[in-house]
Amino acid sequence: MKPLPQFTLFLLAAISLPARAADLSADEIVKRSLEAFYSAGADMRAKVRMQLINPQGNIRSREMTMLRLNLGKSGDQRYYIYFHAPADVKGTSFMVWKYPAKDSDRWIYVPALKLVKRIAADDKRSSFVGSDFTYEDISGRNVEDETHGVVRQEDLNGRPIYVVESKPKAPVDYSRRVSWIDRERWLPLKEEYFDARNEPLRTFTADKVEQTGKYWTVTARGMKNLQSGHRTEVVFQEVRYDVGLRPDIFTERYLRDAPAQWVR
Amino acid sequence: MTGTGIREKMRYHDGPARAAARLTAALLALVWPFGAQAESIAWDGFVQSHVAARTGDVTCLATTECDYPAAELRGQLKAEGKSESGNAAFLGRFDLIRDVALDETRLETREIYGDRRASITAARLGRQVITWGVGDLLFINDTFPKDQVALFTGQPLQYFKLGADALKLNAYPGAANFELVIAEFRPDNTPSARRFIFADPLPAGLPQRTVEPGHGTEELETSARVSGYLDNWEWAGYASRTHYRSPARRVAGSEIVGTFPRLNTLGASVAGPVGKGVLSLEAGYYDSVEDRSGTDPAVENSQYRGLVGYSQQLWEDATLGVQVYGEWMRDYGAYRDTLPAGFPVKDRVRKVATIRFTELFAHQTLTFSCFAFFGLSERDRYLIPSLRYAFSDNLWAEIGANLFGGDRNGAFGAMQDNRNAYVTIRYAF
Repeated sequence: MKPLPQFTLFLLAAISLPARAADLSADEIVKRSLEAFYSAGADMRAKVRMQLINPQGNIRSREMTMLRLNLGKSGDQRYYIYFHAPADVKGTSFMVWKYPAKDSDRWIYVPALKLVKRIAADDKRSSFVGSDFTYEDISGRNVEDETHGVVRQEDLNGRPIYVVESKPKAPVDYSRRVSWIDRERWLPLKEEYFDARNEPLRTFTADKVEQTGKYWTVTARGMKNLQSGHRTEVVFQEVRYDVGLRPDIFTERYLRDAPAQWVR
Repeated sequence: MTGTGIREKMRYHDGPARAAARLTAALLALVWPFGAQAESIAWDGFVQSHVAARTGDVTCLATTECDYPAAELRGQLKAEGKSESGNAAFLGRFDLIRDVALDETRLETREIYGDRRASITAARLGRQVITWGVGDLLFINDTFPKDQVALFTGQPLQYFKLGADALKLNAYPGAANFELVIAEFRPDNTPSARRFIFADPLPAGLPQRTVEPGHGTEELETSARVSGYLDNWEWAGYASRTHYRSPARRVAGSEIVGTFPRLNTLGASVAGPVGKGVLSLEAGYYDSVEDRSGTDPAVENSQYRGLVGYSQQLWEDATLGVQVYGEWMRDYGAYRDTLPAGFPVKDRVRKVATIRFTELFAHQTLTFSCFAFFGLSERDRYLIPSLRYAFSDNLWAEIGANLFGGDRNGAFGAMQDNRNAYVTIRYAF
């Protein structure tokens, strides 16, 4: 048998081996990470407990049900968040229609007034309910909003990691972000944000990662503001994917009247 | 108080009592599926202290609460529950108030209703708050009962809306949602001389009474709303067969009688994203059924009403909202011809602009807000600055003021002897 030309061998190898992770671009890594973190499954339901802890150690608590639906391949998403606690905001709900390329549409329902109000949504960097997480941290950002570069590969707590540095294209509250992204599960396990003077600003940590069906979820996470000392700890419970949420849940009817099947 | 006045007062109290009895019976029928399979009932509530002090040197009538138009301690208890399936639910919200300003103690049923839900329909029966429209503190197609006293004394915003005793039916067949509300008449809580000082063009010293529409079937109020989305814009159409909720007062013999004339309204609203903010538009026609010629000076003339609003985030945690609102009187000539001497003359078009600025600080524990009405045609104003601090999830306190000013013939200017500063403290549990 005539030996195969080297070129053909190389081609065969390239086709038959799964694409090695090392071949991925930084953009592709961040894209997979955003998908794993913010878009896993066709839909998701979770009970979310949030603790806002000030530097003096005083704790404020938020308890919510969060529903998310991905609308096909468009990248459009729907979010529904219902507040169970504290007592003063119980029954308040949020609805977000999120689009990849334009500002989200956002509504709030105020139960004491039975009032549905559309809220100006140009605030993805604003704090979510007073926590150290921004709206963007809760519902995701676009890969195109930043430029990305792979810094190195390493291990973090026994997990194989890509360390990626991202810089926002438009000026925002941080100048760069360094992410530790799991090379197999694609979840961010740690993120460090730096301000305009390159001082550490905020640190995100994934404190617990669990598998639900075929999806991995960060079920305990924290965000600490290194400059103010304020921090927020979040626990996801009862996480379920592909439960069959319908698009009509994300409309005014259910904003006013929480869908009993999903919110309890 | 005259004998007639007492009878009227009796009747006024009798109506709600009968209504309450009917409601209770109906609620029991609605909520019976709870039985043993009901999930546990959730109890919440708060205690709240609220004091508004009149500012400035003002001479009051002996019968008017001069220094503190509002001073009260209030406890609220809320109970709610739903069945396992979620197809039946109820809510009750009751306030016990020790009103130091008026030296009285009263129990108010803010809300009590039962819900039934099916796949594309829902029904709610009982005393319930209903809010329609896209305006911010400006209402066109929302003709449901309101409480101006609560607004003018700085009560938390939830007290600006009063519950209506109503049956609300909803249908959600698909592209559009339909809502039908059948309600008994309930008047607004309008400022009275017990707490407020304002000029009254009607003769002083005459006994006064109001006569409410009866509670017969033919006097029920009906309001309908159809709403939906067009892409990411929301639209709604509204129609109401209702009554004016502030009394139309006139001298009748040796007394002043206030009635609540019939009113029909028809209107529409849209809201959606424009630029970096949210644009809201609402319009409506007020058909003053009992004064279609516009010649009865006691009854409001028919009007077109409209508003344009825009709100946008200025920077992180800071939002600015502006609105321009107009009321266009249809029969202005008839109004001017029949207006008695001594009454302030309204403009053909009453124009009001509003601004709301809100900024949150310290992880949203500190809220600064300023809402301002500017009477563009009446040259008056009403400013409501406030500062709220949440000490914890349970405890907050707010200080603020109600600053009326400008031309005394304007709706806000007429209230300028009632400028006040207020303090509210609430502990929720």
